[in-house]
Amino acid sequence: MIDGLSPTLTWVAVGAAVWALVLVLINRPLSLERVDSRAYLGLLALIELGLLAQAVLGFIKLANADHDVPALSYGGYLLGSLLILPVAVFWSLAERTRWGTAVLVIGALVIPVMIVRLDQVWTRG
Amino acid sequence: MAEPRTDNPTRSGPGRLLIAVYAIFALAACARSASQIATHFDRAPLAYLLSAFAAAVYVVATACLAAGTRASRRIAVVSCVVELVGVLAIGTSSLVAPSAFPDATVWSAFGMGYGFIPVALPVLGLLWIRHTAR
Repeated sequence: MIDGLSPTLTWVAVGAAVWALVLVLINRPLSLERVDSRAYLGLLALIELGLLAQAVLGFIKLANADHDVPALSYGGYLLGSLLILPVAVFWSLAERTRWGTAVLVIGALVIPVMIVRLDQVWTRG
Repeated sequence: MAEPRTDNPTRSGPGRLLIAVYAIFALAACARSASQIATHFDRAPLAYLLSAFAAAVYVVATACLAAGTRASRRIAVVSCVVELVGVLAIGTSSLVAPSAFPDATVWSAFGMGYGFIPVALPVLGLLWIRHTAR
């Protein structure tokens, strides 16, 4: 976990999941013509940028670790977290129904889980 | 409610969400077993081989559900059944004989470490395949 950045990413991702959940409940699938949909995808892109920064800082932190950290797991979580949102958006946009939007809820919720695991790997191995 | 449907019923509607969850488990199980086998295979060879097997089953199920052809749906049925048998067998034996499982697999304690989703997924998968059968 990277101080400051990781907790922020956690909460923003939870926020993105809640936003998607609201879209599921009111049955308002994403449409690239609408401003709110584009704002939502912009938010996801912002999270992805944050995750990229987290990965870079994470590898620097790993290289300077003062205790034994399972490098493979730690690096795996850092890089794996980058895959989630692009794949979720791709899979979601292929079907613009509430089920497609539900994919984004799940995708956004995976991010906090991975960040929590990242923290556990760092502290407990 | 008339929602627009893509041409492939297996990956439409709830199927799209189901496949997404399957994909996450495929990724998680692959990553976990790869790191277990690469770093400390000697610690619990049986558990780690089962992890790798579970990972392979998740990958097959995800791909076959996503493809949604007649043949791939059959393979998906088989992998869901294998998954269900696996999670029940490993889940039970990990509770009855914990010494055989010094380290956890995805299926230990019926997938408790993963919010019991591993035991729900194959059931949902089979129900979904039956529901979309023509």
